[in-house]
Amino acid sequence: MRLIKNKIEHNGSGTVTLCPEEPEDMWHAYNLIRPSDVLRASAIRRITSTQETGSTSSARVHLSLEIRVKNLDFDPKSSQLHVSGQIMNETAHTKIGQFHTLDLELNRNFTLEKEVGSNGEGVGWDSIAVEMLKDAVDEGGNRRAEAIAVVMQEGLAHICFIGQFQTIMKQKVEMSVPRKRQGGSDHDKGMNKFYRVTLETLLRQMEFNTSITSASNNESVRPVLLASPGFVAAGFQKYIQSEASTAMPGLKRLLPSVVVVHSASGYLNSLSEVLQSPAVKNMLSDTKYARETRLMDDFLDQLRKETNKATYGPREVESAVDQGAVGRGGGILIMSNRLFRSQDVAERKRWVSLVDRVRDVEGGEVRILSSDHESGRRLDGLGGIAALLTFPIIEDDLDSEEET
Amino acid sequence: MSRHRVKNVGYDDDDYYSDDGYDSPDPEEQALLQRSTAEVLQQLSAGLPSMTVTKEEAQETLYYYYYDVEKSVNYLKGKKEKEMKKQQASGTAQKTKGQTGISLLGFPAPNPPPMAHFSAADFFRDCPWLNVPSHRKADIMVEPLYPQLGLLGGAPEAAGKPSKLAQLAAARKKKEAEAAAASAAPPAPQSENKDSPVSEPRAAPLSLSERLAKAKAAKASEPSSGLAGLRRSGKPTSSASPLPIKKPSVSESDESTPAAQKEDSSPKPEAQPVASAIRAAPSIFASIIVGNPAGPTMAEPSHFDSNDVDLLKIYGQDHAEPFDFAGPSPDDVVLNAQNTAKGMKSKAAASKPGDKKAQGDLAGGMNNLSVEEKVTVKSKNLNVLDEYSKSKRKKSANFVVIGHVDAGKSTLMGRLLADQGAIDQRTLDKYRKEAEKIGKGSFALAWVLDQGSEERARGVTIDIATNKFETDNTAFTIVDAPGHRDFVPNMIAGASQADFAVLVIDSSIGKFESGLKGQTKEHALLVRSMGVQKIIVAVNKMDAVQWDKERFTEIEQQISSFLTTAGFLEKNISFIPCSGVLGDNITRRSEEANASWYTGRTLIEELETSEPYTHALDKPLRMTIGDVFRGGVQNPISISGRLDAGSLQIGDQILTMPSGEKALIRSVEVDSEPSDWAVAGQNVTLNLANIDPVHLRSGDVVCRASAPIPTITTFTAKVLAFEHLMPMLVDVHRGRLHVPARISKLVASLDKASGAALKKRPKIVSPGTVARVVVEMDQAVPLEAPTRIVLRSGGTTVAAGLLE
Repeated sequence: MRLIKNKIEHNGSGTVTLCPEEPEDMWHAYNLIRPSDVLRASAIRRITSTQETGSTSSARVHLSLEIRVKNLDFDPKSSQLHVSGQIMNETAHTKIGQFHTLDLELNRNFTLEKEVGSNGEGVGWDSIAVEMLKDAVDEGGNRRAEAIAVVMQEGLAHICFIGQFQTIMKQKVEMSVPRKRQGGSDHDKGMNKFYRVTLETLLRQMEFNTSITSASNNESVRPVLLASPGFVAAGFQKYIQSEASTAMPGLKRLLPSVVVVHSASGYLNSLSEVLQSPAVKNMLSDTKYARETRLMDDFLDQLRKETNKATYGPREVESAVDQGAVGRGGGILIMSNRLFRSQDVAERKRWVSLVDRVRDVEGGEVRILSSDHESGRRLDGLGGIAALLTFPIIEDDLDSEEET
Repeated sequence: MSRHRVKNVGYDDDDYYSDDGYDSPDPEEQALLQRSTAEVLQQLSAGLPSMTVTKEEAQETLYYYYYDVEKSVNYLKGKKEKEMKKQQASGTAQKTKGQTGISLLGFPAPNPPPMAHFSAADFFRDCPWLNVPSHRKADIMVEPLYPQLGLLGGAPEAAGKPSKLAQLAAARKKKEAEAAAASAAPPAPQSENKDSPVSEPRAAPLSLSERLAKAKAAKASEPSSGLAGLRRSGKPTSSASPLPIKKPSVSESDESTPAAQKEDSSPKPEAQPVASAIRAAPSIFASIIVGNPAGPTMAEPSHFDSNDVDLLKIYGQDHAEPFDFAGPSPDDVVLNAQNTAKGMKSKAAASKPGDKKAQGDLAGGMNNLSVEEKVTVKSKNLNVLDEYSKSKRKKSANFVVIGHVDAGKSTLMGRLLADQGAIDQRTLDKYRKEAEKIGKGSFALAWVLDQGSEERARGVTIDIATNKFETDNTAFTIVDAPGHRDFVPNMIAGASQADFAVLVIDSSIGKFESGLKGQTKEHALLVRSMGVQKIIVAVNKMDAVQWDKERFTEIEQQISSFLTTAGFLEKNISFIPCSGVLGDNITRRSEEANASWYTGRTLIEELETSEPYTHALDKPLRMTIGDVFRGGVQNPISISGRLDAGSLQIGDQILTMPSGEKALIRSVEVDSEPSDWAVAGQNVTLNLANIDPVHLRSGDVVCRASAPIPTITTFTAKVLAFEHLMPMLVDVHRGRLHVPARISKLVASLDKASGAALKKRPKIVSPGTVARVVVEMDQAVPLEAPTRIVLRSGGTTVAAGLLE
């Protein structure tokens, strides 16, 4: 999300203009917008007019509408946010007080105004809202993929863009490569074809300019991680090199940023291994997901050691918090942001209050992992919530048994 | 000639509606125009054959030549000359035409003479079905007949006595030609002087339509041509007018036309210039107004636009050969021709079903029935199980060779094959030479099995290789598995094909220890969890430790204790000290003095002790595809693998899951020998037909449509944990099948012996315990209970177990 304009007053009222740039931003917007806020965005409204003769005609018109939010409807699956409310501004086609549902769209600015009423209705931009805004707004201004990972094995390649908040699987290349057989060269041919298709796909996905002339403009090339079990990635690197020296000289620009790492398989499951490899750690240290991955590793280590200083699952964590185990001195509550996206208001409140409690009352640390990342996905497998505890606790089996 | 004639048909509408701005008067231009017009006129009259040209004509020409006086003069000269010649040639006809023309001047005859133009088209002209919206009409060009063609009435004009009809037609043609020449002066040179610059973009498409029209005209049958001439003569004149005839006021249109063409022309020449230059031609509008002398000048119904008239004429049966719909349409002719060609091709290529799909696509759906010829292979309807029991085969055994990387598995097997004569000496020498060339002389034996270029270059087995050899009473199939940890999935695929295993251990100092921690252990656990009971431990590289008996005993103790804990029975474990490179104790007893302490069996003897294994022959067919490849020109799609259960024979219809596609077995190879049938336990290559290779992937399962294997996305399994289990991402392996999945739930940890639940919903399952877990996969996978599966994560095997 890009912050276009920020006019928050000292008293907490004010407007903010934002530009959502990726689907995730819709979720940020969903968190920011509350009922009774004023939202201004471009809209398409169908206007039906009746002629004197009684015939009707309808047309879709583009409008800029300002509504007072009554209701929010967020579809996390498709990352669509629908905000309904009453129109506040008069236009040629609409009257004040008519209802309209605004569909926020990517790359279209919207303006959100929160008011502090004289008699206390409306809370304005309180500290939580401001914090959310900070989260939502991409400070570095670089939300683009920071690295491209090609996780591959024979006949299978996944091309992923690893960003700050998300790992997006861009494309999967799947091809049947004949196995080695007595006296057959099918395998080599098949692998060559596989490499070729993968390279083409990769270049297309990263919008790499292969022309020689583009070598002059020194746009930075993002690191490309080639990961595979065995020699597939190395073979692919060799293929890129040979292509660069023969067919596509423009590829030479890409070569320095190619890193070959090991992975256990060509599936996305092994992306965590890719991100943990020393080569990648050096290159991408201190990025959000590197921290997240480290945190998850720590947690799983604790879990493996069976020290009872780590627990996962909603009920278990809540009971640990109740016992005061997630507090000052190393208590970390790890949550997937999937939980906050819950459509169910009550459930969302439950997690928000848990976070507030750990952070403000218990004094523990709260880390919210993006569920679109590999580490978040691992966490999701554990129920989306886990905690590193300050002291070992005894679990009561009965508690967890009821959960289904 | 032909050019401008055709050009005038129906095209010019846009001239009238789109030329604002095109012709918008520009004072400078006008001045230039005036000047050049005067110049042109002067030059023309001064020219040797003095000519008179209307001012308008001159201006128009100038306009088209961008005020190039010289060119315009040349053009006009050429034109006039031609016209003059023409006029002289058709003097008589001209006169006849003149008379009739005058009599009909101005008013269309209310009752046109029936002889000339009563036709079906005329009769039906106001019928609703002809009232087709203009935008849906095709613009059909009809080539008028030209005097040069001399086809009128079958009698040439020069032959003194033309028929009345022919005369009439010829006269009208003449007139038309002139009218067109006058009105469409600019395009005229195109006919006379084809290389003159074509300044008009519209000319280009015309040539095409012209050709079309000509083709049509050529089709016109001789007898009808006289009548056709008449018919046509009416049509082009009316449609030649760029303005639709429905314009109410004739005089108005007369004025507006030249005006549109040239708004600057000062006093309207109107009819006067036309009349004065009658030799040149009347204007288009004049000819319209006057109507056609003998003409079928129909009173146009007001709802008809000019295009309607065209249509009527075109549909008039006299224009073209009446079309006989009984015969095949031109499209049909083409399609038929294509089909026959294709049919022949597909017959010729009956052995290439791979092409079939492409052909089917090309021919389109409608031809599927006729063209797409499914390969049918006649089944011999054998009772396969009977055949199998009748066949006197040697007992066969598959074994997988496992062990840590660089334990010498491939070399040991290469030695075995070489000593058994499965590889001839020449090949072996070749390998040895090549291996030495790249400085890997000791790998020569391994090259028997490591056929891949990558494998040879790196000296590491990557994928499984199968080879076979026979002893006196057993046919063995070797599955050589890779030892490197990255290729454990391939090793799993190999192990799933094996009846028993040969574990190769590097006895040299340090290597054995590292191997035990590494894949020696993992492989042994894997083969055990995949159901292998018998294991032969080949303690390799004994020559490197000088056949040290103590070393052997040490290894024997460590390994046997490990194997028994892994679940192998003591009696099913045997140890053989050997050397793969030298061949000691493989097929021959070691002659080494240091090795004399060993009196047990050699490897080959040990292998022969293996008992025959029984397979589920009478179960429904199951075969996991190990490889999909092109078997050659004869067999574009082949799959290989081992039959897990059931039997099959040539001609059987099989179903591949999860694609759900059917295929036909064209031929069967068992252990690379052609066969009519195959049963469970055999390694087969199936050459398929009637399936696209995209539906086949290694790991898919072949079954019968009558008993298909279900595809599932979630399953419960009882697994033995090798590592900590928690809800986590894993890879599921079953033979070649390798899919990503996640453990979604730990149901319970179980007691190893009784299977009773020890703890429900454990948080984590520690290594060595048995647990029941739920596994979810992203894609549907062909799996059915009871199947042995292996769960791996991060490059290590975390659990193995049985699907429930």
